[in-house]
Amino acid sequence: MTFTTKALVVLLALATTACTRPDRFGGADGADGMAGANAGAAANAGPQGAAGDPSSPQYFSQTIGDRVLFSVDSIALTPEGRSTLDGQAQWLQTNSDYLAIIEGHADEVGTREYNIGLGSRRANAVREYLVSRGVPTSRLRTISYGKERPIEVCSDESCYSRNRRAVTVISVGSMS
Amino acid sequence: MLTRIFALLMAVFMAAPALAQDGPLRLTITDGVIEPLPFAIPTFEAETSGSEQLAQDITRLAAQDLTNTGLFREIPASAFISNPAGFGTPLQFADWRAINAQAVIRGAVAVNGDQVSVKFRLYDVFTGEELGEGLQFAGTQQGWRRMAHKVADAAYSRITGEGGYFDSRVVFVSESGPKDNRQKRLAIMDYDGANLQYLTDSSSIVLAPRFSPRGDRVLYTTYESGFPRINVLDVASVGRQQVNTAEGEMAFSPRFSSDASRVIYSLTNGGNTDLYITDIASGQHTRLTEAPSIETSPSFSPDGTQIAFESDRSGTPQLYIMPIGGGESRRISFGDGRYGTPVWSPRGDLIAFTKQNAGRFHIGVMRTDGSEERLLTASPLDEGPTWSPNGRVLMFTRESLGASGTSSLYTTDVGGLNLRAVPVEGGASDAGWGPLQP
Repeated sequence: MTFTTKALVVLLALATTACTRPDRFGGADGADGMAGANAGAAANAGPQGAAGDPSSPQYFSQTIGDRVLFSVDSIALTPEGRSTLDGQAQWLQTNSDYLAIIEGHADEVGTREYNIGLGSRRANAVREYLVSRGVPTSRLRTISYGKERPIEVCSDESCYSRNRRAVTVISVGSMS
Repeated sequence: MLTRIFALLMAVFMAAPALAQDGPLRLTITDGVIEPLPFAIPTFEAETSGSEQLAQDITRLAAQDLTNTGLFREIPASAFISNPAGFGTPLQFADWRAINAQAVIRGAVAVNGDQVSVKFRLYDVFTGEELGEGLQFAGTQQGWRRMAHKVADAAYSRITGEGGYFDSRVVFVSESGPKDNRQKRLAIMDYDGANLQYLTDSSSIVLAPRFSPRGDRVLYTTYESGFPRINVLDVASVGRQQVNTAEGEMAFSPRFSSDASRVIYSLTNGGNTDLYITDIASGQHTRLTEAPSIETSPSFSPDGTQIAFESDRSGTPQLYIMPIGGGESRRISFGDGRYGTPVWSPRGDLIAFTKQNAGRFHIGVMRTDGSEERLLTASPLDEGPTWSPNGRVLMFTRESLGASGTSSLYTTDVGGLNLRAVPVEGGASDAGWGPLQP
């Protein structure tokens, strides 16, 4: 993917701030994942706060749904996943001041480096879908955590299936 | 004699058939189990007053190095017929033959201020001769463990005809915290887990550190900038800087070329992960693969002409080798399951790898043409082998499953024997084994 120069500059600048550094939040807040933490940070930074406010990042993560799940080794989007992403795309088009970082994750069944590649594919599958639904590429960035940031800790499919995910994290930003 | 027959042992060890060895050394290999070579290491002589404890410590550590290989068995001092005489006196071979010691290591330790000197001699009991010349090592009191490792390396090397590996260090990822909030930081330690030092803090994810060929620098992947990038860290100063890779969303899985002039790594763009090489001096980038599949975990051959890597271009992750100067890559893994993390042996003869099959993970080795695959370990989650400097031992990560799962480092020899946990406080993963220290 190519960013416009301007967008890249903005994103790089944002990458140095706390609220859009994905790793800063690391998944420390458990099941809510990084999205919740980032949404909170965004809310604190901006005027929009309540989850009841359809233009808030909380609304995005809690009501629309910030994540899609994948089956083993797969990057295919499920019908539920597409439906979630349709909602995400619509929200992103309505709330055009926000950027999004799409985080790809894998379950623990795989080698560390391969899983980074796999997570990246998943993040990219989400990005391509959002772009196909009209979200400008320049507002989306991807990252993979491989198997480094599980949200579920058991070692069976009930957890693995929730860890194989791509999470769309809304961050504060403006393209202007 | 000792060397020749032990070399035979090592060769046989690779194939591990049943074999009974007649002759003076009485080595017995039955059903792949080795009869370790019995040796004696009387407590080194304290040549200066006050050096008794150090002499004792150095002797014990050298003995531990050797016995922990699984190839040697120490004869306890209680079995000695006569107290070993001073370092400079002739060895009474008959007394050692009588207790079936096949090798005897003698040494002496002198302390002068902070300076320590260690002298050592190795004897082949059955020929009644010294094996090699006497050696002397000098160092500081603080560095006493290195001197013990050097004694053990010299003994190991003379008896097996192979290089040693005890005086070496390992860089790894130290882990703490629960599985869903794991903190990771780079750390370095001696090969046996001693002298642990942290190289980074745990403020961002770090992965898969790998030493430069001389052991003075470490390449690793870090999420410090928010996105995976490659850093190079100077071990002595702990200074670190980002490597200027080709442009991409993520750069990871770095490794030095064998002459340290280039860095090979994975770069991701648009969800596609390919292999690149960057020449450090010129900053020139070369793209090595252009497939829509994931190409990662590259590792150079010792002569620098080829790389081994992992790719899922066939549909599942498998191992491939390709010439670095361009040309076709060829797949070398054809067994059941998935293969990853190929690492070229420093001897050039074998590729170590991680294999997933039927719900289990294995560390294995195969020849560079893919033949003679052997699985050395099995567990719910083993991965990431790294070679000892002599290519005889592999260290790897073993992770226990479940909510309380933690990572630990283990070693196995290339015969699949002598599985050992490396004693490290806390969780540990992604070991990179460095070279023998100068």
